[in-house]
Amino acid sequence: MSDLRELYQQVILDHNKNPRNFHELAHPTRTVDGYNPLCGDHYTIFVEMDGETIKDIGFTGNGCAISKASASVMSSTLKGKTTQEAHQLFDVFHKLVTGEPSSLSTAELGRLAAFSGVSEFPARVKCASLPWHTLNSAIEGDKEVVSTE
Amino acid sequence: MSAATETQAGPSSRIVDLLDVERVRRDFPILHRTVRENRKLVYLDNAATTQKPQQVIDRIVRYYTEENSNVHRGVHYLSEVATAAYENARTTVKRFIGARDEKEIVFTRGTTEAINLVAQTWGRKNVGAGDEVLITAIEHHSNIVPWQMLCDEKGARLRVAPVNDAGEVLIDEFQKLLTSRTKLVAFGHASNALGTINPIRKMITLAHAASAVVLIDGAQGVPHLRVDVRELDCDFYAFSSHKIYGPTGVGVLYGKEAILDAMPPWQGGGDMILSVSFEKTTYNALPYKFEAGTPNIAGVIGMATAIDYMDSIGIERIAAHEQNLLHYATKRLLEIDGLRIIGTAAEKACVISFVLEGVHPHDIGTILDEQGIAIRTGHHCAQPLMMRFNVPATGRASFAMYNTRDEADALVAGLEKVIEVFR
Ligand SMILES: Cc1ncc(COP(=O)(O)O)c(C=O)c1O
Repeated sequence: MSDLRELYQQVILDHNKNPRNFHELAHPTRTVDGYNPLCGDHYTIFVEMDGETIKDIGFTGNGCAISKASASVMSSTLKGKTTQEAHQLFDVFHKLVTGEPSSLSTAELGRLAAFSGVSEFPARVKCASLPWHTLNSAIEGDKEVVSTE
Repeated sequence: MSAATETQAGPSSRIVDLLDVERVRRDFPILHRTVRENRKLVYLDNAATTQKPQQVIDRIVRYYTEENSNVHRGVHYLSEVATAAYENARTTVKRFIGARDEKEIVFTRGTTEAINLVAQTWGRKNVGAGDEVLITAIEHHSNIVPWQMLCDEKGARLRVAPVNDAGEVLIDEFQKLLTSRTKLVAFGHASNALGTINPIRKMITLAHAASAVVLIDGAQGVPHLRVDVRELDCDFYAFSSHKIYGPTGVGVLYGKEAILDAMPPWQGGGDMILSVSFEKTTYNALPYKFEAGTPNIAGVIGMATAIDYMDSIGIERIAAHEQNLLHYATKRLLEIDGLRIIGTAAEKACVISFVLEGVHPHDIGTILDEQGIAIRTGHHCAQPLMMRFNVPATGRASFAMYNTRDEADALVAGLEKVIEVFR
């Protein structure tokens, strides 16, 4: 059970139950769908840009606790960040969930640290990273649908 | 016991004594290993694939150790031995499903390939613009997509018979969809996603009354039910070895001889020909016409050993044991607060699909896995069906002859842990 508690940390359970920014945006600059065909996770992510800054993010859809909490934490973390900062955080997050060493401390990771247990569950890495991949293509503006497969 | 479905009735149905599950378990080495952190394995993903008894494993080892050779080509000793074993396997399969002749047994890579073979040969020859292919709402993707491809190519139309909220095909609707345009009707013997056992005898009769040809996807039929293709009078019956305790990568297409005979060949190559010149090739007789190239010889022999194994236990005994487990596990699962079973047909194979309020199936799967309990989570290759029941995915526990009541209890305890984590 100890690994399970690491995976399902309180922050994740909380964001799963009460996801933040869980709604459409009225005036999105970009809207992108993200799918994980293996488990049927499906989210739509809405981004409103102000130049290079992410002014607002919202999301709808459904999936497992890990993916939903990830979308929720991501949306509250990235609001107000520049695209460059978003890319850096994506990189940090990716390292965290795949178990690659990162130079950031838990304090620096902030809420993202809640996903540190994911790396022990290879089958769940895709769940955690789906919202980030989806957002990434929303700000890059290259795709309308993202799939983990 | 409600295992006495129409397909099991008949001369072979009788009161049977109980299956000795502990003895059966001793034959399956994998059931005795531990997983994750020293957890006892509770394997409840049998609709995906079953485990293999030592007898099957040994037979495959023996084939490669003592008999390996190519079939139907050598004059040497080993080729004779391998060919005899391969052809004996055909006889075993023939007997297992009650076919009339070995010619009617075509070895394939599995159910999927068998269905594609029919779609690409019989289908391309006999289905044209404006014609219809009828399936049901509970089909596996492998009994949907090949027909979709065929219909797209030919300008034909795929029709789908709906199911009720229990997951049973609405027979009246099914019958209404049968018209003079219906060229082929394809449906599962039992559903891998919900467990529903279809009243296939009746459905076959209705389809034949409309002069349609019938294919049964038997992937989930043969593991649980006595099959007699002549009694059923189906035109095609497809199944996979790996769901009946045999190796992966091999399966069977049964077809009535006259129909197979009239079908054009599918893949070209060695074994499926009688003579080849650059001007003209003469095709081989049945069933070799449909077995191009060196087949999965060890797989076919392993499958026959698996069939012998099932026969040694007795399909009625297996069915009775599984029905027992189905009723017990269903009752225990329904004691869990917030658990809902998707698929509540009156006739069911031992497959239980469920959702748990407030917890996504994928999370259920991970938490059960941590306790050594293997179930399947997801859409079970039946996305249209998930939409019908308005769930993105389900958890699915599917039982086999070696599962026990203790394992059903372990599943329930595991689900209680899931609820604890999410509380
Ligand atoms: C009902 C049904 N049909 C077809 C298939 C496909 O079988 P295979 O993957 O062995 O070809 C399966 C296996 O999951 C099944 O359950």
